[in-house]
Amino acid sequence: MNSKLKLDQLNIHFGAAQAVKNVSLDFPANTVTAIIGPSGCGKSTVLRSINRMHDLTPSARVTGRVLLDDADIYDRKVDPVAVRRRIGMVFQKANPFPAMTIYDNVISGYKLNGRVKKAEMDEIVESSLKRVALWDEVKDRLKTSAMALSGGQQQRLCIARTVAVQPEVILMDEPCSALDPIATLKIEELIDELKEQYTVVIVTHNMQQAARVSDFTAFLYLGELIEFDVTKKIFTNPAKSQTEDYITGRFG
Amino acid sequence: MITYALRRRLTNHLMTILMVGAALAVMAPLGIIFVHILKMGASSLSMDFFTQIPKPTGESGGGMANGLAGSALMIGLASCFGLPIGILGAVYLTEFGGTRFATAIRFSADVLAGIPSIITGMVAYTLLVVPMKGFSALAGAVALALIMIPIVLRTTEEQLKMVPGTLREASLALGVPFWRTSLKVTLVSARSGIITGVLLSIARIAGETAPLLFTALGNQFWSRKLTEPMAAIPLQIFNFAISPYEDWHRLAWAGALVLVVIMFTLNLTARYFGRNRH
Amino acid sequence: MTEHLVTQFDTDLNEIRSKLLEMGGKVEKMIHDSMKALVERNTELAESTIEYDHEINRLEVEIDELCLEALVQRQPAARDLRFITMAMKIDTDLERIGDKCRNIAKRARELNELPPLKPYIDLPQMADLAAAMVNDALTAFVRWDDQLAYTVCHRDDEVNLLNEQIQGELLTFMIKDPGTITRAIKINAIARHLERIADHATNVAEMVIFMVKGKDVRHLGIDPK
Repeated sequence: MNSKLKLDQLNIHFGAAQAVKNVSLDFPANTVTAIIGPSGCGKSTVLRSINRMHDLTPSARVTGRVLLDDADIYDRKVDPVAVRRRIGMVFQKANPFPAMTIYDNVISGYKLNGRVKKAEMDEIVESSLKRVALWDEVKDRLKTSAMALSGGQQQRLCIARTVAVQPEVILMDEPCSALDPIATLKIEELIDELKEQYTVVIVTHNMQQAARVSDFTAFLYLGELIEFDVTKKIFTNPAKSQTEDYITGRFG
Repeated sequence: MITYALRRRLTNHLMTILMVGAALAVMAPLGIIFVHILKMGASSLSMDFFTQIPKPTGESGGGMANGLAGSALMIGLASCFGLPIGILGAVYLTEFGGTRFATAIRFSADVLAGIPSIITGMVAYTLLVVPMKGFSALAGAVALALIMIPIVLRTTEEQLKMVPGTLREASLALGVPFWRTSLKVTLVSARSGIITGVLLSIARIAGETAPLLFTALGNQFWSRKLTEPMAAIPLQIFNFAISPYEDWHRLAWAGALVLVVIMFTLNLTARYFGRNRH
Repeated sequence: MTEHLVTQFDTDLNEIRSKLLEMGGKVEKMIHDSMKALVERNTELAESTIEYDHEINRLEVEIDELCLEALVQRQPAARDLRFITMAMKIDTDLERIGDKCRNIAKRARELNELPPLKPYIDLPQMADLAAAMVNDALTAFVRWDDQLAYTVCHRDDEVNLLNEQIQGELLTFMIKDPGTITRAIKINAIARHLERIADHATNVAEMVIFMVKGKDVRHLGIDPK
């Protein structure tokens, strides 16, 4: 399997504290990889390094390489903005732009960048909303505020906004942690569909969710990669005792 | 036991009365001012007030049309100078707020906001009136802008700080450059709060008299040139109120009424925008 | 192994474990009792053994309920998941062993009504072997001992050999004297039941290996390591 994304000896420091230690990981194309681990293990930190979100934190220092199609996104010549156009991100709490309508939220990736042809907009909005199975629910109120949607709908809207700009990789940072079980299942089903087109990396606290949605699972503990394997293997017969202890609820 | 319960009830009543009294004491001055100005000004208010310029001494009638226009013009001009500086400065402070330079700016803004407005007028006098060899509307607008900037800067910064970081991240994650994110997401998300701040700062400068004394000076007639002295409502109220003529006194009251109504409207509008925030 | 953060989970798992042990002990008793009823021509013991099967069935239901509850409440993973799912399969095998013992006791009851064909020597030996296999498979289960489980799998061959031996012997009886056919068929059935019991014990041992190693050894030919 060819890897779409690759972490090579990734180290992340915040000031003097090291949050991520020497993590190397391969994310094969068109798969879902879950990153699990107890709070503070560095899983979100790893995820956010993949689209250079740490650039905004002055104290953060990322060393090592993050290879997207074998090109290091931390290379000096690479523009972080260009990286983020190829690697989209969905956040823990649904964060639609409050001042925008549903329609504008979906198209926001284009509008905010000021590069959009009027004729294409309708089509992008419709296909993106259909992609996340939200079209039928909102097609009659596209021009109303996105804030009137339910939490689960807002999160799907955020995913629609992300897929609208046609990224290659989608990062998800605990996308269901604020949602009820039904909304969670809808998102999970969606993740399964998304992998046909995208490479998905999801951070989750919910181990059952990782077991349900992912093809591969990485277990991080105290900033180190403890184990990475096929998800089924991790959850039925992990190789490392730390992984076993964590997923069976013996520490956490 | 009974005495204790009684004492507790008495204390309760006493405190309630004290607090209601304090609340009334806050509201009473506003009521008194409003009623008094309404009583004195309403009778002198007519269409002439809005259409005529002051009549020469001795003649009755006349209005403050030139003052209204002058105030509007100078406030507009001050906004043109002050709002971009204040708002963009606030954007700078929120996005790069950690530096020592930013702390210095914040401190300067706080000091500037605390400086008596008459001193601001004197500064504008030294900077503009003296070199230009004459009082001017332009100098007045600059003085008003100087008062406006710190208010707009600090209120806008507060509003921008309230925009959740997740929105900024959402925009950046879509591949939107940092500067576009600041202007199109952060600023837009905070817009109702910023409008509130802007309206309150306009309300503040609309009533300023002192800085205009040294700059716009005032004018009995129509004036269309920015380089010449210009009338303004607060200046006219001031000048007419200290004059010995009864007719001018009445015009001053009418002006005061109009000014209070304008302030009142601005404040209410500001509150409306303030409440509308998500 | 350290304890779970939720100690109730440990309590639940221990209860499943001890119930399975109880069930295994009772199954062993049934093997011995049914054989004793046959060898000593004790019809009363045969009757009580037939009755005793209800105990086994009850335990199977109880264990399944406990396992389902644990699955729903704890959503177990890794070794806990393997333990619980295997416990659910093991209790099925034990229940089947109970059924076989019941059938043996029924045949013993019938045989006791007829004159003895020959002294029983190989059958009790077979029963002892099968009972020991059940015992060891459960010991391996409790101790997470895959090596012991492997030995159980290997011992199945001995039981099969004895079964073939008995069948050959019975065949000679029947050829020599057709009057023995009724009894020989019943004895043959008992031998087949014992052989099946050993197969169930082997199943249990294979599940123990999966539980310990996370590796499925069924239908592969047993090979330690």
